Amino acid sequence: MTIFFAILFSVSTLVFVAGLAMKVAQYARTPAPLKIPTTPAPLTKGGVALRLGREALLFESLFRGNKLLWLFAMIFHLGLAVVLIRHARYFETQVGPLVALVQPLAIPAGLAMVAGLALLLARRFLIPRVRYVTGPSDILMLVLLLGIGISGMAMKCLVHTDIVAVKAFFTGLTSLELRPLPGDPLLGLHLLLVCLLMIVFPFSKLLHAPGLFFSPTRNQTDNPREVRHLAPWAAKLEEKG
Amino acid sequence: MAAAPFDIPILGDPAEHPIPALKPDAMAASKPYLAAEAHQQPLGFPGELTEGWEKRAVEHMGSLVSKYRSLQVYMDICVKCGACTDKCHYFLGTHDPKNMPVARADLFRSVYRRYFTPAGKMAPGLVGARDMTKDVLDEWFNYFHQCSQCRRCSVFCPYGIDTAEISMAARDIMDSIGQGQKYCNEIIGKVHKIGNNLGLPAPALIDTLEGLEEDMLDETGVAVKMPIDVEGAEVLLVTPSADFFAEPHVLGLMGYAKVFHAAGVSWTLSTKASEAGNFGMFIGNYDQMKKISMRIREAARELGVKRIIFGECGHAWRVAYSFLNTLAGPWDFLDPRYPVPQHILEFTNDLITRKGIKLDKSGNDGMVLTVHDSCNVARGARMGDKPGGQFTIPRAVIQASVPKFVDMHPDTICDKTFCCGGGGGLLTDELIELRVKGASPRMEALKDVVDKEGVTHMAAMCAICKAQFTKILPYYDFDREMVVSVHQLVSNAIVLGDND
Repeated sequence: MTIFFAILFSVSTLVFVAGLAMKVAQYARTPAPLKIPTTPAPLTKGGVALRLGREALLFESLFRGNKLLWLFAMIFHLGLAVVLIRHARYFETQVGPLVALVQPLAIPAGLAMVAGLALLLARRFLIPRVRYVTGPSDILMLVLLLGIGISGMAMKCLVHTDIVAVKAFFTGLTSLELRPLPGDPLLGLHLLLVCLLMIVFPFSKLLHAPGLFFSPTRNQTDNPREVRHLAPWAAKLEEKG
Repeated sequence: MAAAPFDIPILGDPAEHPIPALKPDAMAASKPYLAAEAHQQPLGFPGELTEGWEKRAVEHMGSLVSKYRSLQVYMDICVKCGACTDKCHYFLGTHDPKNMPVARADLFRSVYRRYFTPAGKMAPGLVGARDMTKDVLDEWFNYFHQCSQCRRCSVFCPYGIDTAEISMAARDIMDSIGQGQKYCNEIIGKVHKIGNNLGLPAPALIDTLEGLEEDMLDETGVAVKMPIDVEGAEVLLVTPSADFFAEPHVLGLMGYAKVFHAAGVSWTLSTKASEAGNFGMFIGNYDQMKKISMRIREAARELGVKRIIFGECGHAWRVAYSFLNTLAGPWDFLDPRYPVPQHILEFTNDLITRKGIKLDKSGNDGMVLTVHDSCNVARGARMGDKPGGQFTIPRAVIQASVPKFVDMHPDTICDKTFCCGGGGGLLTDELIELRVKGASPRMEALKDVVDKEGVTHMAAMCAICKAQFTKILPYYDFDREMVVSVHQLVSNAIVLGDND
């Protein structure tokens, strides 16, 4: 089990990082030939940074569009954020201040994450419009995340695993040293699903996380009359005449 | 109004905005006329579908995805959350689930996934990936011509996914394989050949303007001019050709002329740039959009003007405000003190603020106004120097011209405005059912202020909105003359004759 997960974790981390880097590079490389911010839009780069910040942290547009969905999404993402920060303790020898800060929130955050996911899944079945646009992959993605959340919460609350050993395994992994991983089936399931998530991430709709920052309707300044915006391929058209 | 061969939506209370139940395939038969070879070839598009079009469509898709970041990102990142599903006027009016923005985009996305993503290549069923087939193409043709590219969905999408970008790309792909839309492509052909969408040749245009000058002289006793092709004029006015032809558009054109007259600014129209609209955007074709824009540059050069001002037109203002600098710039040969281009409402509002013109509200006595924010002005452009000027400036001009003004329900104005139902290349008779049904959210909000506030007229600042409303208002038992140009109100109120 130790060797299996050592390999799997390394491979899936590699797929995650390399895959994500490739997609981000692709988005960055692809030109945006026209100014298409959804207006009213900020006139300055600072304004754009604020707009993107509000979208990323407060889900501003979603709030304007659908309050209930916004609430469900917030519950899930906030829960996930706290849980992710907390998991840093398995990778760092010295527990940082941020991790210590969110430590008391571990259980509420885990519950919020699972509850948020369950609500998001339920609306895919209960709202006909959403059911219409839902495909198998949309369901599977929620199920995968739920599996990770539930198995994690089960270890936290019901069937405890040896987290000191888990931490030793991961800190060992980061310093290229193989230390034994506890053989609990729940832990195995949890890690397996996390690896699967990392592998799927760069090829799935989870790209919405980095993608938001490359969305031209959100990340462009509203200054087309002041500054001439010209994509490289459009400039070539001009040279041809 | 003669009975329509389809049900007219029942108007409710805009505050409740109930979400309709899905009626699958309600609009499956709605489609525009296919472009014939005669409409396709002048634009450099193949005349019809030929052997191997599937492969060429996919190749063209690949090329667009690599040239447009919007398309690449929007294909990948939609999470199907459904925030957009109740935002499209065509969905609200037709109840067809394929008119939900995410479902419309998925018609395109399913093909993208099949050919450009590992998941779609390996497990198409899992991620809803589809081969490019004739059935898929037919569905594209029908439903990408049920999108007016109004961008309302992009306002509410947590990632700003803009269905307009996707429908433009789909139309460009269809043109590139010989499956074009007659209405748009025929009109673009007219712009290239004659200079404007309506195909008004220069002599007819000059004749029309002379007639309008006489009308204004009779009406006001003041010799207000409609100059055309005047070299050395200060301002080149570029306006939608409907302003020369249709009502209430032409009443707005007389308003522009009176404002220039009262302000004492020399101006000219151009027979070469006798069209503000740019249907190149509707078909998502950069080359066409550029070619059409270049006519304006050439006219400005030839006439030696110092400024360019655009008349009231929605999608035209988006192309002008947001794209003209890119497509036909740089504009360094014009007077750097003014933005290029300016909107006529910016010009008039500035004059009102500086007291450069006088308005007498009694010219519009008895009128209670509301305003329809044109979608592409509201969400694709700006006026003035502050975000949201596209909302405040038209309102300021209207309020300065009329005795009473009220806004419609807040969920239907400003950046939440509904499209008139005829934008984006859909203003054609064969799509009348779509146009009538798509207008229902706007009609609902209008009826609300008519009933509660006694609104008598709705001002519009777009040639398509004006034409669309004139046509569909009677379906909802409103008078077709309820829709007015913003500058028609200015025209009624402006005090001429003492511009010293």
